[in-house]
Amino acid sequence: MAGVTTGKRARARPLSPHLQIYRPMINMVMSILHRITGAALYVGTLLLAWWLLAAATGPSYFDFVNGLFSTWFGMIVLLGYSWALIHHLLGGVRHFIWDTGAGFDIGTVDLLGWATIVLSVLLTAALWIFIGCQRGWFSAWL
Amino acid sequence: MITPLKRARGLGSAHEGADHFLKQRITGAANAILAAFAVGLIATLAGADLATVKATLAHPLVAAALLALIVSMCVHMRIGMQVIIEDYVHGDGLKVLLLLGNNLFAGAIAAVSIFAVLKLSFGG
Repeated sequence: MAGVTTGKRARARPLSPHLQIYRPMINMVMSILHRITGAALYVGTLLLAWWLLAAATGPSYFDFVNGLFSTWFGMIVLLGYSWALIHHLLGGVRHFIWDTGAGFDIGTVDLLGWATIVLSVLLTAALWIFIGCQRGWFSAWL
Repeated sequence: MITPLKRARGLGSAHEGADHFLKQRITGAANAILAAFAVGLIATLAGADLATVKATLAHPLVAAALLALIVSMCVHMRIGMQVIIEDYVHGDGLKVLLLLGNNLFAGAIAAVSIFAVLKLSFGG
Protein backbone atom coordinates (compact mmCIF):
# COMPACT_ATOMS: atom_id res chain seq x y z
CA MET A 1 0.00 0.00 0.00
CA ALA A 2 1.33 3.40 -0.93
CA GLY A 3 2.71 5.45 1.92
CA VAL A 4 2.97 2.67 4.48
CA THR A 5 5.92 0.68 3.11
CA THR A 6 8.90 0.48 5.40
CA GLY A 7 12.52 0.05 4.37
CA LYS A 8 12.63 -3.71 4.83
CA ARG A 9 10.18 -6.24 3.46
CA ALA A 10 9.58 -9.12 5.82
CA ARG A 11 8.99 -11.66 3.03
CA ALA A 12 7.76 -11.86 -0.55
CA ARG A 13 4.03 -11.32 -0.57
CA PRO A 14 1.85 -13.47 -2.80
CA LEU A 15 0.72 -11.76 -6.00
CA SER A 16 -2.44 -12.37 -7.92
CA PRO A 17 -1.94 -13.38 -11.54
CA HIS A 18 -1.41 -10.44 -13.90
CA LEU A 19 -0.53 -9.65 -17.51
CA GLN A 20 3.00 -11.09 -17.41
CA ILE A 21 1.81 -14.33 -15.82
CA TYR A 22 -1.18 -15.21 -17.97
CA ARG A 23 -0.61 -17.03 -21.25
CA PRO A 24 -2.05 -14.66 -23.89
CA MET A 25 -5.51 -15.73 -25.01
CA ILE A 26 -7.34 -14.40 -28.06
CA ASN A 27 -10.11 -12.85 -25.97
CA MET A 28 -7.65 -11.01 -23.75
CA VAL A 29 -5.50 -9.85 -26.67
CA MET A 30 -8.60 -8.52 -28.51
CA SER A 31 -9.72 -6.72 -25.36
CA ILE A 32 -6.33 -5.03 -25.03
CA LEU A 33 -6.28 -4.20 -28.75
CA HIS A 34 -9.77 -2.67 -28.45
CA ARG A 35 -8.45 -0.21 -25.89
CA ILE A 36 -5.22 0.48 -27.79
CA THR A 37 -7.04 1.06 -31.10
CA GLY A 38 -9.53 3.27 -29.28
CA ALA A 39 -6.72 5.42 -27.90
CA ALA A 40 -5.02 5.47 -31.33
CA LEU A 41 -8.27 6.60 -32.99
CA TYR A 42 -8.49 9.39 -30.40
CA VAL A 43 -5.15 10.75 -31.63
CA GLY A 44 -6.08 9.86 -35.22
CA THR A 45 -8.99 12.33 -35.20
CA LEU A 46 -6.25 14.97 -35.51
CA LEU A 47 -5.63 13.64 -39.05
CA LEU A 48 -9.32 13.88 -39.97
CA ALA A 49 -9.68 17.36 -38.46
CA TRP A 50 -6.43 18.45 -40.17
CA TRP A 51 -7.61 17.18 -43.57
CA LEU A 52 -10.99 18.94 -43.21
CA LEU A 53 -9.29 22.11 -41.96
CA ALA A 54 -6.88 22.03 -44.92
CA ALA A 55 -9.79 21.67 -47.37
CA ALA A 56 -11.58 24.58 -45.70
CA THR A 57 -8.41 26.72 -45.79
CA GLY A 58 -7.74 26.75 -49.53
CA PRO A 59 -6.44 24.85 -52.58
CA SER A 60 -2.71 25.32 -51.99
CA TYR A 61 -2.76 24.22 -48.33
CA PHE A 62 -5.11 21.34 -49.24
CA ASP A 63 -2.63 20.17 -51.91
CA PHE A 64 0.20 20.45 -49.38
CA VAL A 65 -1.60 18.27 -46.78
CA ASN A 66 -2.74 15.79 -49.46
CA GLY A 67 0.90 15.63 -50.57
CA LEU A 68 2.02 14.77 -47.02
CA PHE A 69 -0.67 12.07 -46.76
CA SER A 70 0.50 10.60 -50.10
CA THR A 71 4.09 10.05 -48.96
CA TRP A 72 5.09 6.53 -47.91
CA PHE A 73 5.17 7.59 -44.27
CA GLY A 74 1.80 9.30 -44.58
CA MET A 75 0.22 6.25 -46.18
CA ILE A 76 1.63 3.90 -43.53
CA VAL A 77 0.07 6.14 -40.86
CA LEU A 78 -3.26 6.18 -42.76
CA LEU A 79 -3.07 2.40 -43.21
CA GLY A 80 -2.68 2.02 -39.43
CA TYR A 81 -5.47 4.55 -38.82
CA SER A 82 -7.87 2.68 -41.12
CA TRP A 83 -7.01 -0.70 -39.57
CA ALA A 84 -7.48 0.70 -36.05
CA LEU A 85 -10.89 2.09 -37.05
CA ILE A 86 -12.04 -1.17 -38.65
CA HIS A 87 -10.71 -3.26 -35.75
CA HIS A 88 -12.34 -1.03 -33.13
CA LEU A 89 -15.62 -1.06 -35.11
CA LEU A 90 -15.64 -4.87 -35.27
CA GLY A 91 -14.70 -5.06 -31.58
CA GLY A 92 -17.69 -2.83 -30.88
CA VAL A 93 -19.98 -5.17 -32.82
CA ARG A 94 -18.60 -8.05 -30.72
CA HIS A 95 -19.50 -6.12 -27.58
CA PHE A 96 -23.01 -5.46 -28.94
CA ILE A 97 -23.44 -9.21 -29.41
CA TRP A 98 -22.36 -9.77 -25.81
CA ASP A 99 -24.70 -6.97 -24.64
CA THR A 100 -27.64 -9.09 -25.75
CA GLY A 101 -26.40 -11.83 -23.41
CA ALA A 102 -25.42 -14.13 -26.27
CA GLY A 103 -22.04 -15.60 -27.20
CA PHE A 104 -20.54 -16.09 -23.74
CA ASP A 105 -19.56 -19.76 -24.07
CA ILE A 106 -15.82 -20.32 -24.55
CA GLY A 107 -16.17 -21.55 -28.14
CA THR A 108 -18.13 -18.50 -29.30
CA VAL A 109 -15.88 -16.11 -27.36
CA ASP A 110 -12.81 -17.55 -29.12
CA LEU A 111 -14.58 -17.52 -32.49
CA LEU A 112 -15.62 -13.87 -32.10
CA GLY A 113 -12.07 -12.93 -31.07
CA TRP A 114 -10.52 -14.60 -34.12
CA ALA A 115 -13.26 -13.20 -36.37
CA THR A 116 -12.44 -9.68 -35.14
CA ILE A 117 -8.73 -9.84 -35.98
CA VAL A 118 -9.10 -11.79 -39.26
CA LEU A 119 -11.98 -9.65 -40.58
CA SER A 120 -10.23 -6.42 -39.58
CA VAL A 121 -7.15 -7.39 -41.61
CA LEU A 122 -9.22 -8.58 -44.61
CA LEU A 123 -11.44 -5.47 -44.66
CA THR A 124 -8.42 -3.16 -44.33
CA ALA A 125 -6.76 -4.96 -47.25
CA ALA A 126 -9.97 -4.65 -49.29
CA LEU A 127 -10.17 -0.93 -48.52
CA TRP A 128 -6.59 -0.29 -49.66
CA ILE A 129 -6.99 -2.45 -52.77
CA PHE A 130 -10.03 -0.27 -53.59
CA ILE A 131 -7.98 2.91 -53.03
CA GLY A 132 -5.10 1.46 -55.04
CA CYS A 133 -7.37 0.55 -57.97
CA GLN A 134 -8.84 4.05 -57.94
CA ARG A 135 -5.45 5.70 -57.96
CA GLY A 136 -3.98 3.36 -60.56
CA TRP A 137 -1.29 1.76 -58.37
CA PHE A 138 -1.81 -1.64 -59.97
CA SER A 139 -2.14 -0.46 -63.58
CA ALA A 140 1.32 -1.84 -64.37
CA TRP A 141 0.18 -5.39 -63.56
CA LEU A 142 -3.40 -5.31 -64.85
CA MET B 1 -39.17 6.93 5.85
CA ILE B 2 -36.80 8.58 3.38
CA THR B 3 -33.18 7.55 3.63
CA PRO B 4 -30.17 8.64 1.54
CA LEU B 5 -30.61 5.37 -0.34
CA LYS B 6 -33.35 7.06 -2.35
CA ARG B 7 -30.82 9.44 -3.88
CA ALA B 8 -28.20 6.80 -4.53
CA ARG B 9 -30.33 4.03 -5.96
CA GLY B 10 -29.37 3.23 -9.54
CA LEU B 11 -26.76 5.96 -9.69
CA GLY B 12 -23.65 4.25 -8.30
CA SER B 13 -20.55 5.86 -6.83
CA ALA B 14 -20.13 8.41 -9.61
CA HIS B 15 -23.80 9.56 -9.35
CA GLU B 16 -24.23 9.15 -13.07
CA GLY B 17 -25.87 5.75 -13.14
CA ALA B 18 -25.72 4.05 -16.51
CA ASP B 19 -25.31 7.38 -18.33
CA HIS B 20 -21.85 6.67 -19.78
CA PHE B 21 -22.69 3.04 -20.46
CA LEU B 22 -25.71 3.99 -22.55
CA LYS B 23 -24.07 6.97 -24.28
CA GLN B 24 -21.10 4.83 -25.27
CA ARG B 25 -23.40 2.27 -26.89
CA ILE B 26 -25.68 4.77 -28.63
CA THR B 27 -22.74 6.73 -30.07
CA GLY B 28 -20.94 3.46 -30.84
CA ALA B 29 -23.86 2.20 -32.94
CA ALA B 30 -24.10 5.58 -34.70
CA ASN B 31 -20.33 5.60 -35.28
CA ALA B 32 -20.39 2.11 -36.81
CA ILE B 33 -22.84 3.21 -39.52
CA LEU B 34 -21.55 6.75 -40.04
CA ALA B 35 -17.84 5.83 -39.98
CA ALA B 36 -18.40 3.09 -42.55
CA PHE B 37 -20.01 5.73 -44.77
CA ALA B 38 -17.20 8.24 -44.09
CA VAL B 39 -14.44 5.72 -44.81
CA GLY B 40 -16.09 4.88 -48.15
CA LEU B 41 -16.49 8.58 -48.94
CA ILE B 42 -12.90 9.49 -48.03
CA ALA B 43 -11.55 6.45 -49.93
CA THR B 44 -13.31 7.66 -53.10
CA LEU B 45 -12.03 11.20 -52.45
CA ALA B 46 -8.42 10.07 -51.85
CA GLY B 47 -6.20 12.27 -53.98
CA ALA B 48 -9.13 14.27 -55.42
CA ASP B 49 -8.74 18.01 -55.91
CA LEU B 50 -10.48 20.58 -53.72
CA ALA B 51 -13.24 21.32 -56.25
CA THR B 52 -14.31 17.65 -56.20
CA VAL B 53 -14.24 17.53 -52.39
CA LYS B 54 -16.36 20.70 -52.18
CA ALA B 55 -18.84 19.41 -54.77
CA THR B 56 -19.21 16.13 -52.81
CA LEU B 57 -19.70 17.89 -49.47
CA ALA B 58 -22.17 20.30 -51.05
CA HIS B 59 -24.82 17.60 -50.90
CA PRO B 60 -26.82 18.26 -47.69
CA LEU B 61 -27.06 14.59 -46.74
CA VAL B 62 -23.31 14.02 -47.10
CA ALA B 63 -22.56 17.06 -44.95
CA ALA B 64 -25.22 16.08 -42.39
CA ALA B 65 -23.83 12.55 -42.10
CA LEU B 66 -20.30 13.90 -41.56
CA LEU B 67 -21.53 16.38 -38.93
CA ALA B 68 -23.42 13.62 -37.12
CA LEU B 69 -20.30 11.44 -37.21
CA ILE B 70 -18.11 14.22 -35.80
CA VAL B 71 -20.47 14.86 -32.87
CA SER B 72 -21.06 11.17 -32.13
CA MET B 73 -17.35 10.34 -32.50
CA CYS B 74 -16.21 13.15 -30.21
CA VAL B 75 -18.71 12.18 -27.47
CA HIS B 76 -17.62 8.52 -27.79
CA MET B 77 -13.89 9.23 -27.66
CA ARG B 78 -14.25 11.68 -24.79
CA ILE B 79 -15.95 9.02 -22.64
CA GLY B 80 -13.49 6.33 -23.76
CA MET B 81 -10.41 8.40 -22.94
CA GLN B 82 -11.95 9.42 -19.59
CA VAL B 83 -12.18 5.73 -18.67
CA ILE B 84 -8.56 5.14 -19.71
CA ILE B 85 -7.38 8.13 -17.65
CA GLU B 86 -9.40 7.04 -14.62
CA ASP B 87 -7.99 3.52 -14.94
CA TYR B 88 -4.30 4.42 -15.11
CA VAL B 89 -3.80 7.87 -13.55
CA HIS B 90 -4.23 7.96 -9.80
CA GLY B 91 -2.64 11.24 -8.69
CA ASP B 92 -5.47 13.69 -8.11
CA GLY B 93 -3.78 16.74 -9.63
CA LEU B 94 -2.61 15.03 -12.83
CA LYS B 95 -5.90 13.17 -13.20
CA VAL B 96 -7.99 16.34 -13.04
CA LEU B 97 -5.61 18.05 -15.46
CA LEU B 98 -5.82 15.17 -17.95
CA LEU B 99 -9.63 14.95 -17.66
CA LEU B 100 -9.83 18.67 -18.35
CA GLY B 101 -7.46 18.30 -21.30
CA ASN B 102 -9.55 15.39 -22.57
CA ASN B 103 -12.66 17.59 -22.65
CA LEU B 104 -10.79 20.40 -24.37
CA PHE B 105 -9.31 18.05 -27.00
CA ALA B 106 -12.66 16.46 -27.84
CA GLY B 107 -14.30 19.90 -27.97
CA ALA B 108 -11.54 21.36 -30.15
CA ILE B 109 -11.64 18.46 -32.64
CA ALA B 110 -15.43 18.83 -32.86
CA ALA B 111 -15.33 22.62 -33.27
CA VAL B 112 -12.65 22.62 -35.98
CA SER B 113 -14.16 19.69 -37.91
CA ILE B 114 -17.74 20.98 -37.75
CA PHE B 115 -16.71 24.45 -38.91
CA ALA B 116 -14.63 23.01 -41.77
CA VAL B 117 -17.47 20.75 -42.99
CA LEU B 118 -19.97 23.64 -42.84
CA LYS B 119 -17.63 25.98 -44.72
CA LEU B 120 -16.90 23.36 -47.41
CA SER B 121 -20.56 22.43 -47.72
CA PHE B 122 -21.68 26.04 -48.09
CA GLY B 123 -19.02 26.44 -50.78
CA GLY B 124 -16.67 28.80 -48.91
